[in-house]
Amino acid sequence: MDLDFLGQTFVALLGGVPLLLQLAAFSIAAGAVLAVGLALMRLSGNAPLDAIARGYVFVFRGTPLLVQIFLIYYGLGQFPEIRQSFLWPLLRQPYWCALLALTLNTAAYSSEIIRSGILSVPFGQIEAARACGMSRWLVFRRITVPQGLRVALPAYGNEIILMTRATALASVITLMEVTGIASKIISETFRAVEVFVCAGAIYLVINFAISRGVARLERRLSPQLAKVPSPTAIPKLAR
Amino acid sequence: MSAVNASLPAVSVRGLHKRFSGLEVLKGISLDAYEGDVISILGASGSGKSTLLRCINLLEIPEQGEIVVDGETIGLKMRADGRREPVDRTQVDRIRTQLGMVFQNFNLWSHMTVIENLIEAPVHVQRRPRAEAMREAEALLEKVGIADKRDAYPAHLSGGQQQRAAIARALAMHPRVLLFDEPTSALDPELVGEVLRVMIALAAEGRTMLVVTHEMGFAREVSNRVIFLNQGVIEEDAKPAELFGNPRSDRLRQFLSSHLGI
Repeated sequence: MDLDFLGQTFVALLGGVPLLLQLAAFSIAAGAVLAVGLALMRLSGNAPLDAIARGYVFVFRGTPLLVQIFLIYYGLGQFPEIRQSFLWPLLRQPYWCALLALTLNTAAYSSEIIRSGILSVPFGQIEAARACGMSRWLVFRRITVPQGLRVALPAYGNEIILMTRATALASVITLMEVTGIASKIISETFRAVEVFVCAGAIYLVINFAISRGVARLERRLSPQLAKVPSPTAIPKLAR
Repeated sequence: MSAVNASLPAVSVRGLHKRFSGLEVLKGISLDAYEGDVISILGASGSGKSTLLRCINLLEIPEQGEIVVDGETIGLKMRADGRREPVDRTQVDRIRTQLGMVFQNFNLWSHMTVIENLIEAPVHVQRRPRAEAMREAEALLEKVGIADKRDAYPAHLSGGQQQRAAIARALAMHPRVLLFDEPTSALDPELVGEVLRVMIALAAEGRTMLVVTHEMGFAREVSNRVIFLNQGVIEEDAKPAELFGNPRSDRLRQFLSSHLGI
């Protein structure tokens, strides 16, 4: 075991962590905004809006993220309209392409998670809120969101972890986040095991922190469940 | 406590028709409820009694007919698909605060404590000061006998306690009229009494109440007027002594014998 090499590799890989976190955080944040819009479109009861959102989810969930990244990075440049548009200074950079692909992708998954959260709120409680004279927006803000969030959080925590790992794909379009740096070191040293073990450890630590954060948020958001015994707990039988 | 009241009705419905996918549930219902009236609405399941109550606060929108609350007609306009919608949602929201609704399944907001349930509408809809809403809510909990459950979540209460909290939540808005939609039907028999006692106390205070119920004792003893709905029309509308003592229609006689075992 070459501890020196491991140590150096580890330090080098840590240099990619800020970019990794940036890609994950920005894409998850922007994706969440888009996802809320998509979920509301699905639930709007308006057939064209529903169809657009369905189509979007179908396409972005049905194709590999890697293909989406390639399409955006290599594909968009083929269109003169895009090359001449004001967006080109951004879209020619791999950073923005990766961010765009990650955002569009997570929005599709997150919108389904958000939709299921909204649908989980018992209709009677919505009706009670309307009967109290709450406007639609107030019902959404005070009743639907707090309860839907609680239901959606475990699945959404999963999505956050998936996205954090998915940032590794940005390395294929030259971005030097953790996996990108790892590939570079391997191509120079041919020591794949040590390098990828280091890289894997970094992802593991980051995702451990995320899952702990989500679990803590879950507890904070559902005080009403604090004293209720777990539904799967098996009661002790008297002997 | 008399239906003969010279002032305007607190709630008035005129010629209400409501259908659900082709099935006509209400076939022209008209009804005036005056200040202090306690009206029990009886009828077999499917007779339209819950639908009538839900039309009054626009949880269901009738295809025809008008609803007048405290002299103010709720504006409804026809849509292209032949159904109607409110002209002005803020008018509906405002009128709903005048109509406290109590549901069969309580429908307390499960992510809020009892006291939070009570102050939610006063603070966020009526924009009353939080401290004042809190004081009133505590007094209401005292009144319905669950002051000790102030900080409990609905899931930790019995059905009877939840329904009493729901009644207090409706009262917290200072409604002019209380609408009860089968308030004891989801309760275990031994819990029915505690909810009925609260309702009897409210009637004694002179509150205006419309109560859809299967509790014949309540209808007979507490209300000043009983309406019997049958297949979407008001079959009988009389004082309880008259309606129970001298039912005119066969349908009501059948209904009463099956419910009272006479």
